[in-house]
Amino acid sequence: MMDAIQKNLLEQVAGIHEVPQGAYSFRVDGSLYDKHDSENITIVKKEDKPGIDIYIRPGTKHESVHIPVLLSKTGLKELVYNDFHIGADCDVTIVAGCGIHNSGSAESEHSGIHSFYVGKNARLKYIEKHYAEGDGNGRNIMNPATIVVMEEGSYMEMETSQIKGVDSTRRSTTATLGDRATLVVHEKIMTHGEQFAETNFTVELNGEGCGAHVVSRSVAKDRSRQSFLSNIKGNNRCSGHTECDAIIMDDASVTAIPEIVANHVDASLIHEAAIGKIAGEQLIKLMTLGLTEEEAVEAIINGFLK
Amino acid sequence: MLELKNVSYTVPEGKEILRNVSLCIDDRFVAITGPNGSGKSTLAKIIAGIYQPTSGQILLDGEDITALSVTERARRGISYAFQQPVRFKGITVKDMISLAAGKSMTVAQVCEYLAEVGLCAKNYVNREVDGSLSGGELKRIEIAMVNARGTKLSVFDEPEAGIDLWSFNNLIQVFRGMYERTKGSILIISHQERILDIADKVIVIADGEVNACGTKAEILPKLLNVQIGCRYTKEATGA
Repeated sequence: MMDAIQKNLLEQVAGIHEVPQGAYSFRVDGSLYDKHDSENITIVKKEDKPGIDIYIRPGTKHESVHIPVLLSKTGLKELVYNDFHIGADCDVTIVAGCGIHNSGSAESEHSGIHSFYVGKNARLKYIEKHYAEGDGNGRNIMNPATIVVMEEGSYMEMETSQIKGVDSTRRSTTATLGDRATLVVHEKIMTHGEQFAETNFTVELNGEGCGAHVVSRSVAKDRSRQSFLSNIKGNNRCSGHTECDAIIMDDASVTAIPEIVANHVDASLIHEAAIGKIAGEQLIKLMTLGLTEEEAVEAIINGFLK
Repeated sequence: MLELKNVSYTVPEGKEILRNVSLCIDDRFVAITGPNGSGKSTLAKIIAGIYQPTSGQILLDGEDITALSVTERARRGISYAFQQPVRFKGITVKDMISLAAGKSMTVAQVCEYLAEVGLCAKNYVNREVDGSLSGGELKRIEIAMVNARGTKLSVFDEPEAGIDLWSFNNLIQVFRGMYERTKGSILIISHQERILDIADKVIVIADGEVNACGTKAEILPKLLNVQIGCRYTKEATGA
């Protein structure tokens, strides 16, 4: 049985209280805790290194896989490899997340390398949440890497969020798109205190008529630092869009480096980056509705990161 | 009842925008009009607490609110619709109406307020109050927010600005409806004769001063005949 701390982490990263329906794999404190296959989804523990292979049978529709990782012991460090093989014509949702509760003084670290092989005409929604808490002085570190390979006509939507407690994160996402494949990424980050977050996207638009849309919204508070890097390469007739929108507060620092590279005459690429503090007129508008300045700031941030 | 006593406002650069303005808002529907640059919008911002007057007093139901913040005035019953509505990324129309009402609202309740301003609620409830909405749509949502607050004083700064003619016909209906329903006072800054036409009282501001104040029957004919505020015209005609 999971204890109360682990259950809370589970709720934070996966929005569930108990083991979910369908296929799942729970990793708790550095080892595989429990896993369950469904008729169409098979989860196999890797023999040569930590991690799992998830096989989703072609044509599987409206099924989901939950793969939360929970760390509640201080000082635990792990590197996990999870490979997702999504068959042709699937329409599935994968919910991953990492929750750390560090009550000690040693560093806790989880680094997950997730590889997605999205089959022909498959649709995938991938949701990833990162959350950390602790009452000790131990730092919480997460360094996720995501590798995406998309076949012809496939569609992947990726939603990632890191709202609290992670002291240091370096996130890298690499995607290669085939003909008519579409990748949509929505990233949300909020850092505070002395935290550091770096996110780095590299997208190779190789296929005819493929497209990528990468949107990052972030809020940097206190003395935290953020850095957003994206590199979208148009190697065929394709469309690419990258957008970084950040609210900066207090003594924080935000860097945005969007890069687009066209290697084909019919590649249409756009990048947008905006960093700024909360507009004074937004605060005043909400104050005319009866909110205090602090309540107004909270409402603006909550909406921005919703 | 809102009362302004000898309110003056000088911008930090030194220009005097309002000079000794004294007026009383106790009717159900009061319109303030006057030429561009006469200080009307500044007056609205002073009432909402966004600008602090250089001198003078503002009283709400007898209480001196001159030193109160925007938030405190809002909580005492002053609502203010911006001339240029503010955009918010990620905050939906439903969120904004709920924030205005000060409580969580059901879709049905939000729909009522949107219907009042002529918006088909179904299409708007979950839209973000951002650049994806047109200027006219934002103005209507701005008005709906003030209605959702339902306070004793609602100030509208040029609600017709940026609204096309077709929408404007509807807007007149919106204010007529508001006039029927309101339990408080509506103060509207407007250039539009048809809006002035539904007011109980019309106040004319020119060159930062109250130039005239009276019923629409008294003021409207003068407004149509006399050009107020243009010094060149005044001098040329010897007015």
